[in-house]
Parts: sequence; C-alpha cells; structure tokens
Amino acid sequence: MKKHLQTELEQIKKNILELGAMTEDRLQKAITAVYETNRELAREIIKTDYEIDNLEVEIEEECLKIIALHQPVAIDLRLLAVTIKINNDLERMADEAVNIAHRVKALAESGMVDKNEFYYDYMPMGKKVRNMVKKSLNAFVNEDARAAKDVLVADDVVDILRSEIYDILRERGDTQTIRDTGYLLNMFLISRHLERIADHATNIAEEVIYMVEGEIVRHTDIGAIDETVSKNNEE
Amino acid sequence: MNVKMATRNLNFYYGDFKALSDITLDFQEHRATALIGPSGCGKSTFLRCLNRMNDLIHNTRITGEITLDNEPIYGSRIDFVALRRRVGMVFQKPNPFPKSIFENIAYGLKVNGIKNKTLLANKVEESLKQAALWAEVKDRLSESALGLSGGQQQRLCIARALAVEPDVVLMDEPASALDPIATQKIEELIHELKKDYTIIIVTHNMQQAARVSDTTAFFYMGVLIEVGDTDTLFTRPQKQQTEDYITGRFG
Repeated sequence: MKKHLQTELEQIKKNILELGAMTEDRLQKAITAVYETNRELAREIIKTDYEIDNLEVEIEEECLKIIALHQPVAIDLRLLAVTIKINNDLERMADEAVNIAHRVKALAESGMVDKNEFYYDYMPMGKKVRNMVKKSLNAFVNEDARAAKDVLVADDVVDILRSEIYDILRERGDTQTIRDTGYLLNMFLISRHLERIADHATNIAEEVIYMVEGEIVRHTDIGAIDETVSKNNEE
Repeated sequence: MNVKMATRNLNFYYGDFKALSDITLDFQEHRATALIGPSGCGKSTFLRCLNRMNDLIHNTRITGEITLDNEPIYGSRIDFVALRRRVGMVFQKPNPFPKSIFENIAYGLKVNGIKNKTLLANKVEESLKQAALWAEVKDRLSESALGLSGGQQQRLCIARALAVEPDVVLMDEPASALDPIATQKIEELIHELKKDYTIIIVTHNMQQAARVSDTTAFFYMGVLIEVGDTDTLFTRPQKQQTEDYITGRFG
C-alpha cells in the first residue's frame, strides 16, 4: 500500500516536471516572439495553451485523489501540498506567456516596431526570468533549499529591471511625440508580464523551501530565510 | 502546563532482554499523548509500566523512575492497587465482566468500599454518560454486559475505568477491534475525556494517533526516538527514523 503511494508520488513528480517543461517552452517562445515580433509564434502560444490547462487540471485531480486515498503525512504531505501550488503557478506562468503573445500580436499589427524609437530590447530581462523559472524547477527536482533561495534574490533584480523599463519608456514618451499610445502601453506591459512570471518562479522557490525545510517563508525577508536555510543545513 | 506523569531514565527487562532503554518522557495533564511505533518497539510494555501491570509478569526488572504528581510509583511501600485506581486502563479487546451493565461499573466502586445505593446509581449514570454510552443502555442496566456490541462493550470498559475517578487513563489499542463507526465514537470520547483526565494511548493506527492526540511519542526498538506536538510530528518530524516510519518507508 505504501509502495503504491511512492509510485503515485513519483508519477506526480514526473507530471509536474512535464508541465514545467511545457511552461518553459511557452516562455522561451514568448521571449523569442517579442524579439522577432513574430506573430506566427505568438499565435502558436495562444493556440496551444489548452494543453497546459488540461495537464494542470489532471495533476490537481491526481493530487486530491492521493490525499483522499492515502492520507499522506510528513514529507509526502508537504510534497503534495507544494505540488498543488506549483501546478497553479506554472499554469499562471503559461497564461502570462499567452498575455505576452497578445502584446506581440498588437505590436506587430501596429506596424511600428522596426522604425519606432520606443522599442525596448527585452532579451536580457527575458533571459533572467527564464533562468529563474529553470532554477526554481531544478530546486524542486533536487529538493535544494539553497538553490531555491537564489531564485528569491534574482527576483529583486527583475523587479528593478521592470522599474527601469518604466522609466526609460516614460522618458522617451515625454521627450518625443507619441504617435501611438497603444503601442507604448503594449511595449511596457511585456515587462509587467515577465515580472509576474518571475513572481510565480519566486512562489515556486518559496514552496520548495517549505517542502524541504518544513517552514513557510512567504512574507519573510531574505535575511531571515537565509537563516532558516543555513540553520537546517547545519543540522 | 502541569506534568501529570513522568518517566526518568526508564529501563525495562524481560529476563535478559532489554525491552526499554533509557526512556525519559513527560505526560502533560489534560492532554492526550499517543505512543506509536512498529510491533515490538516497546510501546505497550512502556504503557504497562505506568500502572505497574508488568509487576504481574514473571522475571521482569525495571530501573529508573516513574512519577505520578511528582511522587514515585515504584517502591516497596507503594500500594499498587491504589495506584491502579488512579491510573486506569482500557485494553485492546473489550473485557466486560460477565455481569450486568450496572454491576460492571459499580464493581470498582464497591471494591473501594462504596455501599450507598443512591451514590452507586449516581456514579454509574455519571460514568456511563462520560463514556457516551448512557443513552444507549439506560433502559437495560440490569441486562448482561455481554449482550452489548463490541463498540458498546469498549465504551462500557471506559466507563468502568472512569467510575473510580482516575487521574490518568491508559489505553492500549482501544479501537483496533472496532468498526469505523465505533472507532469514531471512541476517538470523539478521547477528545471529551481530556478535559477531565490525562490520556495515554498506544495505537498502531497512525491516522488515529494524529486525530486524537496532542503529543506523539515515537518508539523504535525500545528507544524513544522522538516526541513532540502531534501536528508538528506529522508534518515535519525532526528525525529521519520518524519520517520513515510515519510515511511507511520503514524496512
């Protein structure tokens, strides 16, 4: 019976990693779509989002079934609680990738991208966000609280980048005649969507810390989290 | 929180075999403590030390100290009948006397010298109410206790233990021979009884330990591995052995 539980937990882990890989793929495509103002790629992201939605529902149902049938405790319970939350985070990340795809379509349709002085290169921010997502998922797989903590630190950098983008775009809007406000808004909103994805990666990292350490570090400052992680590592 | 019972460096031997090794554990008053662990880990032996039931087993030896309200319970001058009145016990299988329901409860009181009929009747009613059995048996008190269902018999045994007003109630797998509904009744009862008594329960059913106890102690091979608040122990145990046992990864 307990062996049965372990097999089911392994399967859940596999499924959540598959969802993670799919989400990473959508994020990568979204970043590329922004870079190339690639309307086709944007359409593909929007069109295939249902795959992620379906898998998310499947994983949640699977988790609830295991809880009902096995009444897991300790690490098994923490794993399932965390999986349900990460599942939700990944699905929301993919939704943000869809949002970015909508922005790309709007930008492309405006026909202003190539010549516009309001263009912002999102590649560096995109890479940082993608890295956070990858790291948070790796931390989950390796049950590595320290690696998870690195993700929390990286989130602050992304937040700073988003503020910078706001300033840059606003400055350009101030100094030059805005010919298309919609264009400018779409260009800015991409930073907002990327930042939200980073927030979800941060959530995943916090959930990994809970899974490994058994302590909820949400709403805690990074210094205190540092203490938690190193204290438990010393033991 | 007041410590009702405590053991200090308790060792217990069956002949040459050391069944318990250096157990130091406090039992808080008005709390339920669950003792869990695989078969043969010593949890039942430990429970039986607490009201000196092991005295009845030949060729056993105990060292260390056990106290009730800070007074030692082992020693040549201790009246162990009085001790067992203060530390009552409920066993795995319901074991009512082959007497009427009324007599089962009144027996202990009579042994303790109570003869007044009104007092006895009041005490029987009170005990049966505490054990959540009164409503089911109040019209058939003179009938044989053996005619009750298993779950009712077990609650009768609890009522019998409560009648002599113990401080501590020891329960050795009190629900393992019962169906889910009767089990639930016993578990609810434990919640109620905590208000007036200190409960120590041995159980093989981990979900049951999680549901009914405030504190859980995990035993393995005669050693107390970990003790802590039940909610903590079942969400983030401190010791790997505890984690392996409660998640079923053992051996």
